[in-house]
Amino acid sequence: MSGRPSPEIRPVVVGAGPAGIRAAEALVAAGLRPVVLDEGERAGGQIYRQPPAAFSRSRKALYGFEAGKAERLHATFAALRAHIDYRPRTLVWNAVPGELHVMGDAGPATVPFSHLVLATGATDRIYPFKGWTLPGVFSMGGAQIALKAQGCTIGETVALVGTGPLLYLVAYQYTKAGARIAVILDSARFTDQIAGAPAMLRQPATLAKGLYYVAWLKARGIMIVNGAIPMAAEGTERVERLVWRTPAGEGRVACDAIALGYGLRAETQIADLLGCRFSYSAAEHESLPASDATGRTSVAGVYIGGDGAGILGADAAEAAGTRAALALCEDAGLGVDGAATGALEARVGRWRGFRAGIRRAFPEPVAADFALADDVILCRCEEITVGALRAACREDGVDELNRLKALTRIGMGRCQGRMCGPAARALLAHHSGRSPGDVGRLRGQAPIKPMPLAPMPLVFDEAKP
Amino acid sequence: MKNFDTDVAVVGAGLIGSATALALRQRGVAVVMLERDLGGSRASGVNFGGVRRQGRSPAQLHLAARAHPIWADLKAKIGIDGEYVRSGHIKLARSQADLTALAAYAARVADFDLGLEILEGRAFRERYPCFGPEIIGGSFCPGDGQANPRLVAAAYAQAARQAGCEVIERCPVTGITREGDGFLLRCGDAVAVRARRLVNAAGAWGAGIAAALGDDIPMRFDYPTILVTEPLPPIVSVNIGIEGGGFYGRQVERGNLVMGGGFGVASGDGASRPDSGALARIGGRAAAILPATRHARVIRIWAGIEGYTADKNPFIGESANVPGLFHAFGFSGGGFQIAPAVGEVLCELICEGRSSTPVEAFRPDRFQQQSAEPGRTP
Repeated sequence: MSGRPSPEIRPVVVGAGPAGIRAAEALVAAGLRPVVLDEGERAGGQIYRQPPAAFSRSRKALYGFEAGKAERLHATFAALRAHIDYRPRTLVWNAVPGELHVMGDAGPATVPFSHLVLATGATDRIYPFKGWTLPGVFSMGGAQIALKAQGCTIGETVALVGTGPLLYLVAYQYTKAGARIAVILDSARFTDQIAGAPAMLRQPATLAKGLYYVAWLKARGIMIVNGAIPMAAEGTERVERLVWRTPAGEGRVACDAIALGYGLRAETQIADLLGCRFSYSAAEHESLPASDATGRTSVAGVYIGGDGAGILGADAAEAAGTRAALALCEDAGLGVDGAATGALEARVGRWRGFRAGIRRAFPEPVAADFALADDVILCRCEEITVGALRAACREDGVDELNRLKALTRIGMGRCQGRMCGPAARALLAHHSGRSPGDVGRLRGQAPIKPMPLAPMPLVFDEAKP
Repeated sequence: MKNFDTDVAVVGAGLIGSATALALRQRGVAVVMLERDLGGSRASGVNFGGVRRQGRSPAQLHLAARAHPIWADLKAKIGIDGEYVRSGHIKLARSQADLTALAAYAARVADFDLGLEILEGRAFRERYPCFGPEIIGGSFCPGDGQANPRLVAAAYAQAARQAGCEVIERCPVTGITREGDGFLLRCGDAVAVRARRLVNAAGAWGAGIAAALGDDIPMRFDYPTILVTEPLPPIVSVNIGIEGGGFYGRQVERGNLVMGGGFGVASGDGASRPDSGALARIGGRAAAILPATRHARVIRIWAGIEGYTADKNPFIGESANVPGLFHAFGFSGGGFQIAPAVGEVLCELICEGRSSTPVEAFRPDRFQQQSAEPGRTP
């Protein structure tokens, strides 16, 4: 091992979920004192989100089978606290080379960095359908946050719509918490799930947990509909019923809330603002910052670990977070154990194989399958319909996402396309006759999330540029 | 390689290029327009959207007056109204000295019929309760307004195309040479255009295009920074500027406030971004000028790329050094309102050799004796 790290090394980790915590741990082990920026109230990320300190639900109730992992991760972070500059409740709203612009408890600030580990995680992948903006419709992640952070459910009778293993996990968690599950509507067909099984056997324990949830739900008589496309969320003031379609016909069920999610999408805005090279992954149906097995991006000194580099799940994120931090150490001239790095890369690699199975078992629904009417809202922030997208393709020859945004305002609102982006891309590709990769990606733009206009004391400065 | 042979080639499918191409097409002139990105995707499409005559120099007010009726009838011209609203424009004062300056301007441009009204004291406060205590009055121009540049610029390019102009997008010009009395333009190995006349409407890239033909025109770059808030309840309907500059703002029908002030920085490869202090700067000024915005949240910030001249007036006219080359760039942050008129003027200059609107003050060679700032790209 080489000597003490130089004070010129100012590492910053963004995100305090599984990847961010493990990255911080590795940096501290190397003798560094990283700044750890996190939007959350407490560390843990989305999956191991901690409730407010005064809440009393047990780890077992909160995290189920993952309670042990959650406990280990939270304990790791607690032990790190004295060795890091931890800033919770802090939004990174802009990034330029060498600097992050943040908004935290103390107002706006600039955080300089020499090396940056992005562990920004993921959010739900949403596809619209008629009525999806009615009160009572939540994202799948939102439904989980309600439970983990506030100990409440999004409704009493909840329909779960989308695809992916999270559908079954949320159904299990909600049933345990006392909610009634009206239906689980999975766009994946049963045959898809059979096809995905062999690859998922690479992580037999995880596959077994998934099968356990399904069996547990079925044993309780909970309706699971495969190969289903949601047609409408209906209701006057809020959601009252869900209507769907399968090859066999239409179905409907009464419910007072819907959780919606077709798997996850990576949060990549900071990498984008820093000029990292992106490429479209046809397998993941999204544009991702290019990174190698070590977590290095195309920009020197910028590393990615966890779902922000492409969805691999929490276990892979822990390994990838550590690996990215070790890459940082290598680049900063600190000694790193070569055997350890190899083992970490192999661990992440096994999750890649598992992920391929998940993709087969829960394939991305095809945009055309939705048969969306023109009046369905596509971009809920700006209230722009699917019809507006079609008109832009037809009348203005739009065939690129940023142009679509400029002409229609799709993706221009509060969420900056984080919700509507995947659907806009799929629909634009479908209607312009190009591939999803060729219609481009929404360029990242500050602020990453809405920022207060005047967070500072009101001073009228006299500078007149 | 696609080859074109045309009367006029236009470089840049922003507002100026597109308005020129449209006017030329309406006279039956063959036009090919080359655009490095997409029509109206640069400064023409990402500017503030002020449709304002107030504050312009008398020299520019001739163009502004010619553009004024075009805005009111935009739909007939380009197929959409571009969210144009004749909301009025107010230039605010923070001091008696500011009010004096505004009154002096009103006297200086009295011939142009702007209908300027100087407001202060109770009359001002009653009409505009939205402004903060540091604002003591202003000059109101009832006929000025605002529009959505994203829509207007793209629709102008589309209108030129529909009028028969060949618009070639995503096609940066890589070489320009004289060929006989005309010009040969190349976009890599993809496109070659032979044209008898050439319009340089390349905006921030205009000085570079001019230099490629040996015309040395001094221009500097800057990056006007603009932000947009989330939709808010109605606060203000009038388009806002301030004496001395540094802030401008307007609220669109949907409720978002669009505000700007100050300049961002280049970020390489023809791109730009807001500077680190942009949010604090614009946010601080906004909260003082429009206190109702102090709890608003910002959803977008950007910085466009604009070419500025030493006297803040554009270059409009035929090159003194290169016959057949017509410049129209360097609008110094003030091109949006006058662009529809500039297009018509260039068409007249090309077709008739003279324009009914005086543009002598904008001669491209007016700084020729002075030292240039050569060799920069945005």
